[in-house]
Amino acid sequence: MKMEIAESVFLMAAAVESPAKMIVRDLAVFYGKFRALNGVNLSIPTRMITAIIGPSGCGKSTLLRSFNRMNDLTSNCRVEGEITMEGENLYAPGVDVVDIRRRVGMVFQRPNPFPKSIYDNVAYGPRLYGIHRRSDLDGIVERSLKSAALWDEIKDKLHQSGLSISGGQQQRLCIARALAVEPEVILMDEPASALDPISTLKIEELMQELKKDYTIVIVTHNMQQAARVSDFTAMMMIDDARAGRLIEYDATNIIFTRPKDKRTEDYVTGRFG
Amino acid sequence: MSTFTELIDRNRIGRARQRKSTNALMLSLTALLTALALVPLFWIIGYVVVRGGKSINLDFFIHLPRPMGMAGGGVLHAIEGTLVVTLLAAVFAIPPGVLAAFYAARFPNTPLGVALRFSTDVLSGVPSIVIGLFTYALMVKTMGHYSGLAGGVALAFLMLPTIIRTTEEMLKLVPSTLREASLGLGAPEWKTSLSVLFPAAANGIITGFLLALARAAGETAPLLLTTLGNERFDLAQIITGGVQAHQSVFQIIGRIINQPLDSLPLTLWKYAQQPYPERIDQSWAVALVLMLLVLTINITARAWIQVRTRRMKG
Repeated sequence: MKMEIAESVFLMAAAVESPAKMIVRDLAVFYGKFRALNGVNLSIPTRMITAIIGPSGCGKSTLLRSFNRMNDLTSNCRVEGEITMEGENLYAPGVDVVDIRRRVGMVFQRPNPFPKSIYDNVAYGPRLYGIHRRSDLDGIVERSLKSAALWDEIKDKLHQSGLSISGGQQQRLCIARALAVEPEVILMDEPASALDPISTLKIEELMQELKKDYTIVIVTHNMQQAARVSDFTAMMMIDDARAGRLIEYDATNIIFTRPKDKRTEDYVTGRFG
Repeated sequence: MSTFTELIDRNRIGRARQRKSTNALMLSLTALLTALALVPLFWIIGYVVVRGGKSINLDFFIHLPRPMGMAGGGVLHAIEGTLVVTLLAAVFAIPPGVLAAFYAARFPNTPLGVALRFSTDVLSGVPSIVIGLFTYALMVKTMGHYSGLAGGVALAFLMLPTIIRTTEEMLKLVPSTLREASLGLGAPEWKTSLSVLFPAAANGIITGFLLALARAAGETAPLLLTTLGNERFDLAQIITGGVQAHQSVFQIIGRIINQPLDSLPLTLWKYAQQPYPERIDQSWAVALVLMLLVLTINITARAWIQVRTRRMKG
């Protein structure tokens, strides 16, 4: 009974301001016999930024990676419960993983451009879906790079290697690469943790732009970043069985000013972990 | 009771002097041993250049051997033989080796992956003469004659572990997030391997090929039992003869690889045992050519990597 109340709070908190893009119900993720995530219930509001915070090893990345079934790539990983995107269960049998990954893009911790030209990096996704005409690709590449606030800096060197630009530019290139297949949700796994403060600021500004069109979920270790950029914050922690749990989920300003859970308060004020 | 500072102040100059002399001693010792370690290297190279250099001339590269005891003539047959056998070995070993390496890198802990790694280790430890003997039983006995084809197969067995291992290691060095980024865009595994993993690891993989080739080109033992040797092997003649007889490309290739042929290390070994001073001199010259060939392959590998790395970094 207590569980149900907690669950409905988590689900409603976000729903007040924006319809849910994705809803997580009773999610548990196992690596072999080890339960890495347990009983996670959460709703991701449309065109908002949702931050997932918590100490290392609490399952933040595992949760993030279940949103586009990236966990499928880890051998012996098993998922229980469901995640729905606009009512459709991502883990239902017969669901096309490729389609999910197109609709839910991902940006990683370290910039990871392919060892190809800037142009080919962005065109990689569209080409996978059979778009090969030069004029079509040119348009997509330009649009994506503009959306990633990178176009002006690199429009003259589209055919240079994606590895030849700075780390911050590489990360925005990776965002452009994800945008090129027009996803609905963008997952970001500590997207700025390998960048200097100025590049970090650019990524954060970019996120505010992107949120107008996309739903964003970001994992971050940086408390200030979560407070600065996100609309909602999910606080995670491991329980006694070392499984990750969601302990509090609310609007970001509430999480950072008057959290309900003592552990959240300790964590966001730096008294813990 | 003296404090620590007083204690160490007492003999400061003496200890400084001692430290400096110990340092000088050890430094000169390491320099001396480094020089000592370089001696065999330059001795070998120098000796081969001096002994072999005098028999090197244009004829040496463009003529077949002359009858024993006669001066002059060249080792064109051996140069051509080495190229044919090494090329064959590359054709046989590289495709399966690379595919196996992709499998091993992707599924290292499956039964097949473990078996592959184990057998690669075992195969790389098999003496090359044993590989020659095995190929003799496998190819020479069944075909009924020695051939370049059998030699290519023997060298392919020899190259396979190196190719699998280096390719696998290079693939493992590619950050896993690169693979995930590709799969995250909805790319299938084969596409990811081909257009992301392979280009990212290509430098190391190709170096691996070239080093394996260089090693195979210098092998003698497996060829003793497979290609035998053939002082009259003449590519130009086979090809022009074939063209004049209106044979197809495949027929001509068949004729090239279906007969016994020679190689540089094999020729070196045979010439060195003959009682004719001309042949002994030529055997030194063959050693020089072989050394230069291997050196060229190694330098090519390094140059290739530098060019590619520079292009990659923009």
